[in-house]
Amino acid sequence: MSLEVALPIIIPFLAGSLSLVFYRAPLVQRWLGVAGTGALLLASIVLLYRTYTDPDQVLSIAMGGWPAPYGIVLVSDLLGAIMTVLAGIMGFATAVYSLPTISRDHEAFGYYPLMHLLLAGVCGAFLTGDVFNLYVWVEVLLVASFALLILGGERAQMEGAIKYVALNLLSSILLLVAVGLTYGMTGTLNMADLVGRFAAMENQGLVTVVAMLFMVSFGIKAAAFPLFFWLPAAYHTPPVAVSALFAGLLTKVGVYALFRFFSLLFTQDVGYTHEILLWGAGFTMITGVLGAAAQYEFRRILSFHIVSQIGYMIMGLALFSPLALVGGVFYIMHHIIVKANLFLVSGVVYFLRGSYELKHIGGLWRTHPWLGLLFLIPALSLAGVPPLSGFFGKYIIIRAGVEQESWGIVAVALVVGLLTLYSMIKIWAEAFWKAQPEEHEERARAFEAAVSGKRLTLMVLPIGALAAITVFIGLGAQPIYELAYAAAEQMRDPQIYVNAVLGDTQ
Amino acid sequence: MTAMGSLILRTATRLLLPLLLLFSLFVLLRGHDEPGGGFIAGLVGATGFALYLFAFDAERTRSLMGVDPRLLLGLGLFAATVSGLPGTLLGHAFYTSLWWTPTLPLLGEVKLSTPLLFDIGVYLVVLGSVMTIVLALAGAEEKAEETTWNR
Repeated sequence: MSLEVALPIIIPFLAGSLSLVFYRAPLVQRWLGVAGTGALLLASIVLLYRTYTDPDQVLSIAMGGWPAPYGIVLVSDLLGAIMTVLAGIMGFATAVYSLPTISRDHEAFGYYPLMHLLLAGVCGAFLTGDVFNLYVWVEVLLVASFALLILGGERAQMEGAIKYVALNLLSSILLLVAVGLTYGMTGTLNMADLVGRFAAMENQGLVTVVAMLFMVSFGIKAAAFPLFFWLPAAYHTPPVAVSALFAGLLTKVGVYALFRFFSLLFTQDVGYTHEILLWGAGFTMITGVLGAAAQYEFRRILSFHIVSQIGYMIMGLALFSPLALVGGVFYIMHHIIVKANLFLVSGVVYFLRGSYELKHIGGLWRTHPWLGLLFLIPALSLAGVPPLSGFFGKYIIIRAGVEQESWGIVAVALVVGLLTLYSMIKIWAEAFWKAQPEEHEERARAFEAAVSGKRLTLMVLPIGALAAITVFIGLGAQPIYELAYAAAEQMRDPQIYVNAVLGDTQ
Repeated sequence: MTAMGSLILRTATRLLLPLLLLFSLFVLLRGHDEPGGGFIAGLVGATGFALYLFAFDAERTRSLMGVDPRLLLGLGLFAATVSGLPGTLLGHAFYTSLWWTPTLPLLGEVKLSTPLLFDIGVYLVVLGSVMTIVLALAGAEEKAEETTWNR
């Protein structure tokens, strides 16, 4: 019995449905939020441990006892398990952060059930071994994210949501078309089964066509160039806990799917598909970081930086050497923690100063030096300053680029790293270093006075924990590197995955 | 959703609603081996309440239903999720279906199973979500009408 593979999906569903049942009791919902995501975190850690210690390092269960490739399988290989743990960490951190920051109105509109549903969709996407099932999970998380995005119904939210919904629906349609074509060509949708079927196809050109459809679809979801603009239009509008959850997990589902599909299924024509990915990665990095340089709103800067960071991960996939894949996986782990943490910090800044506009705030270093420190850890890590986690992520990927003599992308990655540092220093100088602008002083005072110490403590707890993880990934990079290395090894050899899922039925 | 809904519609609705609800239960229970099931049954049930809503108003439909549709949604989701667990207790994979056919007095042999629990969950989810949407829309419309009248 390997219930542990299904638990990260079951737990959020149970917690979510129970919080719907208790829709009139916000207190119960809050505790369910913390307890449910805590249980999810534990279950995901157990799953990663079991997967890592498994002889194949791949766990797979056939839902309902219908064997693969006919039934739907849940598969936990190292990549999937690592992503699930990250989802667990993010879920738990935002659930705690939600306690003091989510208003009663948002709770009444079903914030907690939607949060659990989103987590269920994310974990489902990470763990499924079936292409159509992946589509379904992506839809589950999208539906939840649509609702979370417009929670509160402000004008800016609606504007962002329209772009978000329109582009993501386009991406879903492309995904569905690609799934349909895949089924028509091969007669199966089980990922492990597809590996052999695609290899046996006579017309490899068709396989590449389908690969491109998947690439565009997941590229939109990952906010890669050129269809990334839904992200900076939407991410700065919802409550901060939602922003952080989105920033940590949503685009990463797209990135994960790209990693899964372009290491497991579509490696027939690496020279073509991965070359396109590499160009996409370069443009994604540049446009993201340049977009951020022009912004002066805290969360918009961070949103554009998500886009540019996605470029690094895709670069790791596109170079497709063992080292590059290690770097890609390492970078995802580092990025989810750091980026979500920055959003959480931006929320604290808002509660202390009453604005996300950098022009309207300042003086935080003087009044709250500890917050400055908590900002600097993820910010410098994002920019890649040693010895924090971002340094190792960037170092591994760039080293892989140098080894393959892809000088163009290496140069882009280095310059983008520098510009990231510029953006982070801009936030530092504006929000923390300079004095509070006088014309907005009154508002800032009022906001600061309204925040009780207890609320602030609850907000800072998850930030501190995530910052500690960042430092840990940086200082103790070796075990994390080894984990990423093992995950990359699996990606290099699809046969491990295939054997573990199909087993004796081959 | 006017207060002046037609007399024929109202009288017919009073007769149709119980029929529709009974029919929805029938479709739900015959669904495993024959056409039917939780989804379509939930839609049929929701049709009954929606008809009542058209004939009368949102307030009366709500009190007729007795429970908030969101509660149905939550219970349904919970039931559908939980229906996967009994199999795992016996060492099977998640969502493995289990069957239990006790013989009851009067009813004879009754087929109970985890898929039935799942279907009931789906039924409640569909009924709950459709009614949540319809009631929210009707409520908004009624509010808008009131404000225009008061002007």
